[in-house]
Amino acid sequence: MSSLAVRKTAPAAGTTPGTVQGPPLRRRIALVPTLTLLLGALYCLLPVAWVVIAATKSGSELFSTFTFLPGTGFAENLSDLSAYRDGVYWQWMGNSALYAGVGALLSTAVSAISGYALAIYRFRGREAVFSVLMAGVLMPPVILAIPQYLLLAKADLADTYWSVLLPLVLSPYGVYLSRIYAAAAVPADVVEAGRMDGAGEWRIFTRIALPMMVPGLVTVFLFQFVAVWNNFLLPYIMLSDDEKFPITLGLFTLLEQGSNTPALYTLVITGALLAVLPLIALFLVIQRFWSLDLLSGAVKS
Amino acid sequence: MPNITKHRRFVATAVAVTLGATTLAACGGSDDDGEAQSGPAKLTYWTWTPGMDKVVDLWNKGPGKEQQITVTVKKQASGDTLVTKILTAHKAGKGPDLVQAEYQALPTLVSNDAVADIAKEAGDAKGKFADGVWQQTTLGSDAVYAIPQDIGPMMFYYREDLFEKYGLTVPKTWDDFAETARKLKKKEPGVDLTTFSANDSGLFAGLAQQAGAKWWSAEGQKWKVGIDDAATRKVADFWGGLVEEGAIDNQPMYTPAWNKALNTGKQIAWVSAVWAPGTLTTAAPDTQGKWKMAPLPQWSDSENVTGSWGGSSTAVTTDSRHKGAAAKFAAWLNTDPQALTALAKEGGIYPAATTAQTSDAFAQPPAFFSNQADFYTAASEIAKTTAPSAWGPNVNVAYTSFKDAFGAAAKDKSDFGAALRRMQDDTVADMKKQGFEVSE
Repeated sequence: MSSLAVRKTAPAAGTTPGTVQGPPLRRRIALVPTLTLLLGALYCLLPVAWVVIAATKSGSELFSTFTFLPGTGFAENLSDLSAYRDGVYWQWMGNSALYAGVGALLSTAVSAISGYALAIYRFRGREAVFSVLMAGVLMPPVILAIPQYLLLAKADLADTYWSVLLPLVLSPYGVYLSRIYAAAAVPADVVEAGRMDGAGEWRIFTRIALPMMVPGLVTVFLFQFVAVWNNFLLPYIMLSDDEKFPITLGLFTLLEQGSNTPALYTLVITGALLAVLPLIALFLVIQRFWSLDLLSGAVKS
Repeated sequence: MPNITKHRRFVATAVAVTLGATTLAACGGSDDDGEAQSGPAKLTYWTWTPGMDKVVDLWNKGPGKEQQITVTVKKQASGDTLVTKILTAHKAGKGPDLVQAEYQALPTLVSNDAVADIAKEAGDAKGKFADGVWQQTTLGSDAVYAIPQDIGPMMFYYREDLFEKYGLTVPKTWDDFAETARKLKKKEPGVDLTTFSANDSGLFAGLAQQAGAKWWSAEGQKWKVGIDDAATRKVADFWGGLVEEGAIDNQPMYTPAWNKALNTGKQIAWVSAVWAPGTLTTAAPDTQGKWKMAPLPQWSDSENVTGSWGGSSTAVTTDSRHKGAAAKFAAWLNTDPQALTALAKEGGIYPAATTAQTSDAFAQPPAFFSNQADFYTAASEIAKTTAPSAWGPNVNVAYTSFKDAFGAAAKDKSDFGAALRRMQDDTVADMKKQGFEVSE
């Protein structure tokens, strides 16, 4: 597609002489891909722009003024949101940070140790364990939410912080990614050399393998963090006490107040905007590790 | 490849396998509510009513303290999803003691054995409610499955100033209503009287109820589904005709476009229920004081009935270990004058208890209707004329089918009768699938 676009524009610009012998000029902007990408960017960014602008509108401006005309009510929305039920919004935000932060850390730790074990050690049943994990990757977490609820309810853990954290600890996708990464990034020779020098397995893992796996683990952490932050169904089924709700669930209760109360659209929109800010910040901070990961992974394999 | 001893192999297998079972193995001790014993009762209550915690505080400090019954509110999101959540919790035996449930959800909860019969403990609350309201909580039996909390009698809302401007009168019958719509369309083609919207099934159910429809009824051991009955067909054909000839709009409500149409006077009436002032406050903020409420148009001059759209009740679950205490609280919440005043003030509900509808809390009209001083007096008169309703065990399926079939029909301006038949077929098919006996 890109070469087509380049060739079409090339003669018009008159820079290439009649015979096309050498490689076409690669620096020329390829029109079609650029347009496609711009369109894609627009498609993704327009809703974000809508949220940002709508969050600045007061209740009376929200539906009556032009969609992309900034309003005057942002400060008011913010203080209303903070005042709603004595600041329960910030409690939700804190809960989300707890679920996503602790949940992603635990899950990354579990993924690292099991991914490493599956990649480095050869033992009977290894492939079977791995196949089960692969099946787990294919299983949407949504399907598991209700069985998980029934199990945790039996253990008297429903409606506790644990009920949301525990099911997140084992992430089949995280283990899968860690195994692939460990296989590529931790050479068997290095492990062997460690053994020759008399290091124990645990020491080899923590001191030698783990640092090599860091970029891959950052990816696992980021994936898990985002997944937990956006998770809805699991906490919805597990939790009934709204002081333990994560932000997704909290905003949902703000929206569904029953028919006889005015819907709190402005609060929900402002709340949704604030809820994505931590994710954006996290991405900006961790992004550099991420690109490093893709790069080093490609070189090492 | 590394040379690994048998021992290490075993350890690695064990690690990988136990990790798979982390979620099960990590169950520790519980840090939450212990087993409830006799004596003082601690109850949990799932509700979506805003400000309910403040109302419950009145109980916990007053009658609850005397009787050693403490209630904790756990605020939930409203709607069908809550029913699913209650049923899931019930499956685990971990349901709360009390739940808020919409009337049309009660048969679903009862047929899943999730809510308890509290006829013994709270049966004498019956006198406080209109018969048509109370009947919804008994499902036509001797049992009492819930105490009514709020109701949504339907009414006709219109822009008083614009009706005057266009020379329209408030329609008394549905025929008048159709004439009004046509007259307006002729005078001002850019303005619609109202719209037919298929995104809230409760509206259509209420209109059918007004016309005398009985969507579900029990005949011995068998259910009879009458969604495609003569009364409902009359309603469907009426609205379908108006949409087809273009006398009214066919765009859904509750959208930004709908809000704008109401706010700018492009739509000048709305068939709604007693809670409409709250919706209009957010939807059409610039029109405060310009609306008026009137009774719903009738199917004939001699009739005076309305349907209901919305409303909910307080039910006691079968999981509760303190059914008596829970029923006592439910009765207090929905019949005690102090509780009802607080509910109206904090939760903005329109009470089901008849005496409360004319209490001091409803002496003033809602702020949005400051121009209509007798708003609540008129509302309580209308509430008395509410037709009985007949809900079945799969209202959610019928509602979903309505949204799909009628949504498409309204959009294409096609035959509403066909959409109604589809709704009937879907509902019957689902009931059969669930194992109910349905008579044809």
